Amino acid sequence: MGRLLPHPLLTPILAIVWLLLTNSFDPGQIVMGLLLGWAIPLISIRFWPEKVYIYKPLTLLRYSFLLLFDIIMANFTVARLVLGNPDRIQPAFVVMPLDLTSDLAISLLANSITLTPGTLSAQLSLDRKYLLIHAFNETDTKALVAEIKNRYESPLKEIFEKC
Amino acid sequence: MLDYLLSFLILTGAIFTFIGSLGLVRLKDFYTRLHGPTKATTLGVGCLLIASTVYFSTRDAGVSLHEILITLFLLITAPVSAHMLAKAALHIEIPSLAKIPENKVSEYKKTRSEVVKQAGRQEVNPSSTETVKPDV
Repeated sequence: MGRLLPHPLLTPILAIVWLLLTNSFDPGQIVMGLLLGWAIPLISIRFWPEKVYIYKPLTLLRYSFLLLFDIIMANFTVARLVLGNPDRIQPAFVVMPLDLTSDLAISLLANSITLTPGTLSAQLSLDRKYLLIHAFNETDTKALVAEIKNRYESPLKEIFEKC
Repeated sequence: MLDYLLSFLILTGAIFTFIGSLGLVRLKDFYTRLHGPTKATTLGVGCLLIASTVYFSTRDAGVSLHEILITLFLLITAPVSAHMLAKAALHIEIPSLAKIPENKVSEYKKTRSEVVKQAGRQEVNPSSTETVKPDV
């Protein structure tokens, strides 16, 4: 199992991506997708040094919807700020200590931070313990860090890391 | 009816994409400019792609779903490229309206050999507090 299917989760995902890419659901394409989903993880095994487990799929689903909602809100927030007076914007750099240890979880957190209102992940420290965040218009940096930890980091920790 | 829905989606998409680009002109420094294209455009392109899915699904026989992939790839690549741009900007010390935390800047100015050396040392002695303290 471990040898032939190094990343069991990747196979169905790649198969679905293949089906969407070809835009057809013929049995032939499904077989092709599954073949690719089996072969690509084997070839690219060196890029995925750590094994990915999803401990709580339901939390992942809830997190996706939360993220989607926040992305839509982010669009309106940024639109308002861009159209408003740009001189009133007070950007700030915020250093956020990370609780996450898994690479995938950290990348997902950094992506979430960039996609959500007013924040942009700018730099991950070399020891992977701190994330430098650029806040678009923020004066209360402590509250910002607390909100990101609550809203995004703790669900990601639940999903990808054994408690 | 469908035409109105499609026009609404395309117009909304165009407006948000435009606002995202307008941010590049109106905002004052490099780092705040990064916010416009990463956020305002996701909804813009999202709306355009939904319009495309609806149009091609109703016009042709089959369902057209490969637009979903474009959205997915956009949501993955936009933050990554913004992250790399911000990282590069910090590295070459592009001036910012916000105060850049000093110890962070020095940390990523380290060369690769220093990083490897530090990582090696940490493996030997994981309790060593060589890391940079947060300044919040």
